[in-house]
Amino acid sequence: MEIIIPTINLASIYPEIVVTIFAVIVLLLHAFTPHHSPGGAGKGGDHLGYISFIGIAYATFLVFTQEGGTEYSFNGLWILDNYSRFFRLIFLLGTGLTILISVKYVKDEGINHGEYYSLILFATVGMMIMGGGADLITIFLGLELMSISLYVLAGYTRNRLTSNESSLKYFLLGSFATGFLLYGIALLYGATGTTNLKGISGFISESNFGNPILIMGMVLLVVGFGFKIASVPFHMWTPDVYEGAPSPITAFMSAGPKAAAFAAFARVFFEGLPSLQGVWVDLIWILAVLTMTVGNVIALVQNNIKRMLAYSSIAHAGYVLVAFVSANELGIGGILYYMLAYTFMNIGAFGIIIVVGGKGEKRVNVDDYTGLAYRHPVAAATMSLFLFSLAGIPPTAGFMGKFYIFSAAIKSGYIGLAIIGVINSVVSVYYYLRITVAMYMKEPESAVSGAESMPSLVFSTAMIIAMVIAAYGVLRMGIFPSAYIALAQQSHLSF
Amino acid sequence: MVPLNHYLYLSAILFTIGAVGVFTRRNALIIYMCIELMLNAVNLTFIAFSKFLNNMDGHIFAFMIMTVAAAEAAVGLAIILAIFRNRETVNVDDINLMKG
Amino acid sequence: MSEYIPVLIMLLLGAGTAVGILVATTLIGPKKSFADKMEPFECGEHPIVSPKLRFSVKFYLVAIFFVIFDIEAVFLYPWAVLFKRLGIFGFIEMMIFLVILAVGLIYVWKRGALEWE
Repeated sequence: MEIIIPTINLASIYPEIVVTIFAVIVLLLHAFTPHHSPGGAGKGGDHLGYISFIGIAYATFLVFTQEGGTEYSFNGLWILDNYSRFFRLIFLLGTGLTILISVKYVKDEGINHGEYYSLILFATVGMMIMGGGADLITIFLGLELMSISLYVLAGYTRNRLTSNESSLKYFLLGSFATGFLLYGIALLYGATGTTNLKGISGFISESNFGNPILIMGMVLLVVGFGFKIASVPFHMWTPDVYEGAPSPITAFMSAGPKAAAFAAFARVFFEGLPSLQGVWVDLIWILAVLTMTVGNVIALVQNNIKRMLAYSSIAHAGYVLVAFVSANELGIGGILYYMLAYTFMNIGAFGIIIVVGGKGEKRVNVDDYTGLAYRHPVAAATMSLFLFSLAGIPPTAGFMGKFYIFSAAIKSGYIGLAIIGVINSVVSVYYYLRITVAMYMKEPESAVSGAESMPSLVFSTAMIIAMVIAAYGVLRMGIFPSAYIALAQQSHLSF
Repeated sequence: MVPLNHYLYLSAILFTIGAVGVFTRRNALIIYMCIELMLNAVNLTFIAFSKFLNNMDGHIFAFMIMTVAAAEAAVGLAIILAIFRNRETVNVDDINLMKG
Repeated sequence: MSEYIPVLIMLLLGAGTAVGILVATTLIGPKKSFADKMEPFECGEHPIVSPKLRFSVKFYLVAIFFVIFDIEAVFLYPWAVLFKRLGIFGFIEMMIFLVILAVGLIYVWKRGALEWE
């Protein structure tokens, strides 16, 4: 038997290699720094965070320099196309912003470890592999690299009970979902004889696609990915995990990994299973309606702001599923555009939550925002901008994203779905504006107790940079969206 | 030779036992063992298909699942240990600080 | 098939020895039963602590490292079997893999997780 060495195209995975190397460097740098306390709060201060940030910036630069076009390499395991390029930029952006908003937080919480940044970088590599995987093996490995890193990160403040609990729930339900995803992959493999997405789609179009094993596998894949994107009814882990995890990690989880799950979800279904579209479109239609409605309705009654944004994140996954159902070029562009906008606005909102929450995350209820505008007008205005964007009020990125998604749905003839989506966005305005109203319309209770409940907010330089980037992104994508829309349009999958 | 269907039935039964166990058991460690059972049921499916189709992809996938499951086990046991140190329990009914 | 005959003989010899010893002990060994012998714990010695003791968490840490590093051997076996045919390409690939594993080991070592005390 002759062994054929597959074509190895290292250039197509340079950004991944760079991020991996930086993750290892950060890990080892911390290990080789002498520790004085058992907790191991590194002496060098923020340098690990900045080194990680440099790695992310360099990887972003490499993504921009990669040649255009669509190219398969590593024996069909890996694909480099505009779609994976666009998603890599979303992941790198989310990670960069997360690192910036983490720098002060980790010092306050005493978790200023190399492992923290290293795990974030490893999770990023996992996401990038999910975006570029052209084979179910690659996608699965990327997914697990991301998930395992996130299980640890969710429990990183290991002395806080809610963080422990968040980590345990994420771990148990996440690996449970992995089981379903894998069983789906196994059945697809059995029905088609390959795990390569192109091979799967080629096989199905040639033969009968009424094979029950195939349909069963597809349904299990929907369940598995449904867990990872937190769609109703597979969302039960999301609120607890988002509430208990350290705030920067919650911001990170709601942006990058969710986008990565969507990237793989769309890649598998549009490239691997296009012939089954008649079956899965109906399934995902139901998921989209449930996800939007349940997410928004439960968010109405939340008082903990992290928990509210968790339900809001479920609702946003529902909007993206609307784009998924549309299943046209506009729809894919909508997924890309929306995930980019969501990364800016959600990490931005969490930045303010971190600052207001203060050391130990003590102030995370809506009441804690009462009268914020009188004490910190800039923080309140920035928060309002992100909340307006999340609610989909013009002229923000969130508005353009929703506009894009709902017009894709109408163009494909899903007018009912678009109407449900618009009604849901109107409902969501209530709970986003509740925070704004608390910040602007209510006076702080009294001068004395107000001073106690809200000490002065401290913005670190890194946090200011992150907020400026996020606010710029939200406004830029809302006011001059055409360049981003064109970019998203170019990056749709070929199907 | 045992026909393919028998392997598939066995793995489907094992997978279902695991999935039901996740919902009915209350000890975090046992829940994780049920998840491992699910993953190994998937491995059995892969190997059975791989043999039946005379194709190596399934073997490789099973290798990957084993490795990933080991990494997951290490992380998961560490998480369960962290909970036990703080709470002195691994019963998931008692681990319910967050509600709403 | 004839080259397998020595293996068969070895198997029979091994099984015969094991069975033979078992039979011999039951036939010629003394059979006395007393309380200490019936103790399930510590093989006839008087138990000095309760068997339900809690093990040190250090054992557990070592077990986790064992699981992680042990499973990687699964990738080394196919490479070792096809070592010659994979040639220099396989060698380099595997060295990269092992370097990454070694980084993990160095990290664990430097963090002091391998210290018993």
